[in-house]
Amino acid sequence: VFKRFVEIGRVAFISFGRHAGKLVAIVDVIDQNRALVDGPCSGVRRQAMPFKCMQLTDFVLKFPHSARQKCVRLAWEKENINEKWAATRWAKKIEAREKKAKMTDFDRYKVMKAKKMRNRIIKHEIKKLQKKTSKKVKKTEKKQK
Amino acid sequence: MAGEKKAGEKKPAQKKTGEKKTGDKKPVEKKPSQKKVREKIKKPKKYHASRNPVLARGIGKYSRSAMYARKALYKRKYTAPETKIEKKKKEKPRATITKPVGGDKNGGSRVVKVRKMPRYYPTEDVPRKLLSHGKKPFCQHKRKLRASITPGTVLILLTGRHRGKRVVFLKQLATGLLLVTGPLVINRVPLRRAHQKFVIATSTKVDISGVKIPKHLTDAYFKKKRLRKPKHQEGEIFDTEKEKYEITEQRKTDQKAVDSQILARIKKVPQLRGYLRSTFSLSNGVYPHKLVF
Repeated sequence: VFKRFVEIGRVAFISFGRHAGKLVAIVDVIDQNRALVDGPCSGVRRQAMPFKCMQLTDFVLKFPHSARQKCVRLAWEKENINEKWAATRWAKKIEAREKKAKMTDFDRYKVMKAKKMRNRIIKHEIKKLQKKTSKKVKKTEKKQK
Repeated sequence: MAGEKKAGEKKPAQKKTGEKKTGDKKPVEKKPSQKKVREKIKKPKKYHASRNPVLARGIGKYSRSAMYARKALYKRKYTAPETKIEKKKKEKPRATITKPVGGDKNGGSRVVKVRKMPRYYPTEDVPRKLLSHGKKPFCQHKRKLRASITPGTVLILLTGRHRGKRVVFLKQLATGLLLVTGPLVINRVPLRRAHQKFVIATSTKVDISGVKIPKHLTDAYFKKKRLRKPKHQEGEIFDTEKEKYEITEQRKTDQKAVDSQILARIKKVPQLRGYLRSTFSLSNGVYPHKLVF
């Protein structure tokens, strides 16, 4: 049922708080609610963080529990987490949302024009296919008669 | 003061021969021949940051006596300017003068004040301010312009017969109104004035750096003209006033002169022409406070 577990080395995405939007690796578990967390390559200092603000990703790093920042950084860079993360759909959706929010009036106009053109092309193709099938149906009806 | 210079502040200038011994400790050794050059170059005084690290807000690490030692205040003792007081005591000008007086049985001399008390005190200390104090006529008012509105910005007009149209901003006139143009061929907005408050400034800018706007386009040029000369004709007043606005030839030539320059720059930016032709509107789910313009 569950695919992503809290374990040493699990890379998590911080959803809210001071470090919202950054990736961290779980270094150790403190108690039921908190983990010792470190994000050397994402600008998050080693600190305790509640599980509530973390969202688990698919990436797991290999380092022993309570490993120091240098080891976490080595493991992070070996696995190339930053690039892998940017390639995931999750990160792309976040980026698209940010871009949409920053759209200026001119950008909105350009998007509207692009969408219009795209829809027109799609409709054109659909109409072509519809014509083909309607012709075929007419042919078979004629043959039956 | 002499004490300050000795207290390890990094001033390279004004090294005296007596301080050359302390100079050996300093990382840079300077030649005595460079003294004169250094004395001319004055470095601004650099003050040391607080030598008392903060433990919590309002609580420093070191006590008063420790700080006294850390700041080397034992070296920095300043004497009060006593000599000035002594000087003042000596050099006070005379307050009274004795003058000889003639006549019998007058005592021979009088003690006269050198600086006499004023013979009149006005009833008000500060003259009363006029009721019109600080009230300037409209022509002297300060005109403000939003930082987001610069020459070449695309503005969205919100009021008037051209509401919703996107328009290019040219300059701010003397009364504070904005001079704006469609350009005419794109959206039928002529050279016109617009009010800053009734306009949305978008972040789209057209490069209008070299465009020359004729100088005769002022507020007087754009002001609405009204003929009012009743001359005892009560029944025919409505005929003499202009009912229909007629576009003068001068307006047409001015429009062409300005627009030709701007159109060339608009064509350089892809899709800008179509953008200026379109109008702005709100629809469901579009909230102006959430939009980035």
